[in-house]
Amino acid sequence: MTIHIKAYLASAALIALTAAAPAHAEVTLSFLVDNSPDSVAAAEALVEAYQKQAPDVTIEIEQRPGGGEGDNIVKTRLATGEMSDVFLYNSGSLLQALKPQQSLADLSDVPAQAKVDPGFKSVVSADGKVYGVPFGTAMGGGIFYNRAIYKEFGLSVPKTWAEFMANNEKIKAAGKVAVAQTYRDTWTSQLFVLADYYNLQAAVPNFAEDYTDNKAKYASTPAAMKGFEHLKEVHDAGFFNEDFGAASYDDGLRMVATGEAAHYPMLTFAIGALKQNYPENLNDVGFFAQPGDDAAKNGLTVWMPQAIYIPAASGKIEEAKKFADFVGSVEGCKIMTDTNTVQGPPLIDGCPLPADVPPAVTDMLPYFKTAGLTAPALEFVSPIKGPALEQITVEVGSGIRGPAEAAALYDDDVRKQAKQLGLSNW
Amino acid sequence: MARTRPRSQKSPYPLWFFVPAAIIYGIFFLTPTVSSFWYSLTRWDLTTAEFIGLENFQQFFSEPFLVQSLVNTLIYAVTTSGLKTVCGLLLAVLLTSNIFARGFLRTVVFFPVLVSTIGIGITFTVMMHPTKGIINAALGALGIAGPGWLTNPSLALFSVALVDLWKGVGLATLIFIAGLAAISTDYYEAARIDGATRFQQLWRITLPLVRPATITVVTLSLIGGLRSFDLIWAMTRGGPGFSSDVVASVIYKQYQAGFYGLSTAGNVILFALIVAIILPFSLWFNRREVVQ
Amino acid sequence: MRHIRPYVTGGIALLFAAVVFILPFLFILIQALKSKSEASRLSFSLPQEWLFWQNLIAVFKARDYQLLLAYFNSTLITVASVSILVILSAMVGYIMQRRRTPWNAVAQIALFMGLMMPPAVVPTIGLLQNLGLFKTIHGMVLIQVAYNLSFSTLLYRSFISTIPRDLDEAALIDGAKPWQIFFRVILPLLKPVTVTNIVVQSIAIFNDFTNPLYYLPGKENVTVQLTLYNFQSMYTSQYNLLFMNILLVTIPPLIVFIFFNRQIVAGMTAGGVKG
Repeated sequence: MTIHIKAYLASAALIALTAAAPAHAEVTLSFLVDNSPDSVAAAEALVEAYQKQAPDVTIEIEQRPGGGEGDNIVKTRLATGEMSDVFLYNSGSLLQALKPQQSLADLSDVPAQAKVDPGFKSVVSADGKVYGVPFGTAMGGGIFYNRAIYKEFGLSVPKTWAEFMANNEKIKAAGKVAVAQTYRDTWTSQLFVLADYYNLQAAVPNFAEDYTDNKAKYASTPAAMKGFEHLKEVHDAGFFNEDFGAASYDDGLRMVATGEAAHYPMLTFAIGALKQNYPENLNDVGFFAQPGDDAAKNGLTVWMPQAIYIPAASGKIEEAKKFADFVGSVEGCKIMTDTNTVQGPPLIDGCPLPADVPPAVTDMLPYFKTAGLTAPALEFVSPIKGPALEQITVEVGSGIRGPAEAAALYDDDVRKQAKQLGLSNW
Repeated sequence: MARTRPRSQKSPYPLWFFVPAAIIYGIFFLTPTVSSFWYSLTRWDLTTAEFIGLENFQQFFSEPFLVQSLVNTLIYAVTTSGLKTVCGLLLAVLLTSNIFARGFLRTVVFFPVLVSTIGIGITFTVMMHPTKGIINAALGALGIAGPGWLTNPSLALFSVALVDLWKGVGLATLIFIAGLAAISTDYYEAARIDGATRFQQLWRITLPLVRPATITVVTLSLIGGLRSFDLIWAMTRGGPGFSSDVVASVIYKQYQAGFYGLSTAGNVILFALIVAIILPFSLWFNRREVVQ
Repeated sequence: MRHIRPYVTGGIALLFAAVVFILPFLFILIQALKSKSEASRLSFSLPQEWLFWQNLIAVFKARDYQLLLAYFNSTLITVASVSILVILSAMVGYIMQRRRTPWNAVAQIALFMGLMMPPAVVPTIGLLQNLGLFKTIHGMVLIQVAYNLSFSTLLYRSFISTIPRDLDEAALIDGAKPWQIFFRVILPLLKPVTVTNIVVQSIAIFNDFTNPLYYLPGKENVTVQLTLYNFQSMYTSQYNLLFMNILLVTIPPLIVFIFFNRQIVAGMTAGGVKG
């Protein structure tokens, strides 16, 4: 009996204690991430490390789907005030669609920002305020190539489009697939257009601005049409795999990794999947930027990683900022590069690259070493990206529609997006 | 009997029986349907709707791939409906005649109706793979170079329509079997005595007398065809490019892209299309029913 | 000679049906049993090793047992919405058939619209969000009820016309209240059509893809059809698991079909049915 009473009293005291505790320290933050294995793994590693460092904070990871469905979830949760305290989301135009000035907390004064790459800051800013810290490394958009094939035929990495096509010709003549295309996953069809942006901005430096202001169009800018034209050239030359219309992203990776195909235009985030699915072939895969007309102006189109944001409506902004500071620190950066396969150079000053990176990453580094050899993709410097681009590029790559018509069609698609965003001049 | 009923006029069939159903139907079906007419005239982000007049409709009819989706919807509905009617009737005639394993065959033809559309869509997508699929492998064995069923832009929509036929013909067959069962055998008896061939019997007796079933099949498959989404989405997602987009898939894509007003305008266009096609048809059918 | 003919026609028909209607199901079955590398060839050959259990377990384990959650959600939605549907539509069908009232014309139009009109999706999403029902199972149930009321009511209305009014009147004379007449006298008599209705609606709702796609996004709310759709992109290199999943969604209707073949056929032909 007495034991029971004691136990009862003790537990009552315990309840009183724990109930009183949150008053000074304990905080629970919710953290919404997309459900891709890499994001979840990195988020878990960061949370674990942070909780060790700040034991009074508990962070609960929630997952959401990626793609258009995920965009919708983020938008509606922000609009209805149900967003988690911290969330992971794209930078660039997709961020702009969230109207960060109204919906997000200003992270300009987070200490970690001092070491964040200015190029990255520009893609998470609006009206001069910075709203995010980077989550992961930069990525390149260009062309994966099979190094074994290149060695076998004595080819060298092309610096111009003409060299690229000449390489393709030799590979095709040898009975191999020159360029893998995978239109079962329609998004993979956009690369030739999107990764040509370095060349476009080299030719027309103020394209992004004029394009956002409704002054420049794809159809009326010859340099902008190049991407569509290249796609058509490659298709018309018969360089694609026979089943390009039905092949999937995974097929594309397999082809370039195992040497069924020599090239696969893709973002370097594919290195993660390559390492996972074809580890024994990883060293056969190299990477180069999509070449343009002029070998002297060869540079890389860069995709910025997702970022961590804090909704303005969160009741725990201060605590959330501390976590964001940790994510953006050199330590946070190291945790991420240790957890996942590195897809490109880190964006935090002082954050080292692991020693044994695959050749595809090594191939990217020279572009980043010299200023001016990289440019963020258009979707990071302009808030507008038409949703139908992937269908349009499938059409061009399948020979259904010509490049001029496709570019005009894409301009129409972009107009819809601009109007929906309520941009001026549209 | 001792109980007195003060209002003896009160019906034993109270109108409040309508109420629960009416509430659910009214809130979840009718309200959105009615409000869609307003939202289709706006640029809408779910929180604020800006009135823009007919701009969404203008957009719909000026974008080549949206117009194409409208044409595709009609092609798809007419193709699937026509094929289901013809094949359904032929199968029904076969499966009501005195043949071996009749019950089993009816079962086999009908079963796909009950199976998940998504499952069937994925299965046929794999079987229709241009190089590795078993359909082209079988054709290859016969010396025929199989087409890119789902990758050839001029073929994709019809390939999906064929799968729709495969999945839906069982229902049409079933309705025709019920219709055929209602036809008295005397007619055929008389025709045989007059020396009519089997084809003449089909053309002169079966076809006219099975007309109510035909109308049901055509109406149902037309409505189904015009609204069709899941099979197309599972097999081609409207591709390659926009070549197999239908209005329902455009509605989904515009919704995904965040163009809520435009998506709703697509919905209104689909209403209009269905009403314009089905209403005259059913009115005519209902009148015939009354006459009979 | 005459009695051989049915066998010849039957034989040919059987062969044709086997190729056209059975082969795809066999294809699903054998792919589901293969190993990953063998299934990726997509060929119609018997598996070299039979991996039924391994594949089954792998599919269930995928993404933290997502498929189990999906079966739970789908079953819950199906059971709840069909139960509500049966009661509500029987009530409506009963009054529509029994009583002459101007409201019948309204109900008639509503039924017709419900059968024909595609639902206005985005406004429905807006509405559900305002009511706090977006992405909830009960919201989904109410949607399924609203969308399937018409068909269900039509089934009941035509069946109730076969039940003599004398029964209602006898009960009335015995002093039964209107709701008692319906629930105690009429509803039990509707059992055959109720069974038909339950079976047909359950299959339709369980197989529904479009409505959960719009109204029930989110990982915790997945339904069987959505899971299958998502697995399609996840399993591009593991066709054996994809087909195991397809096999699993094909089995419930097969079982229902074996037990309720007659009711399904009756329901589908009587109402004429949707899509």
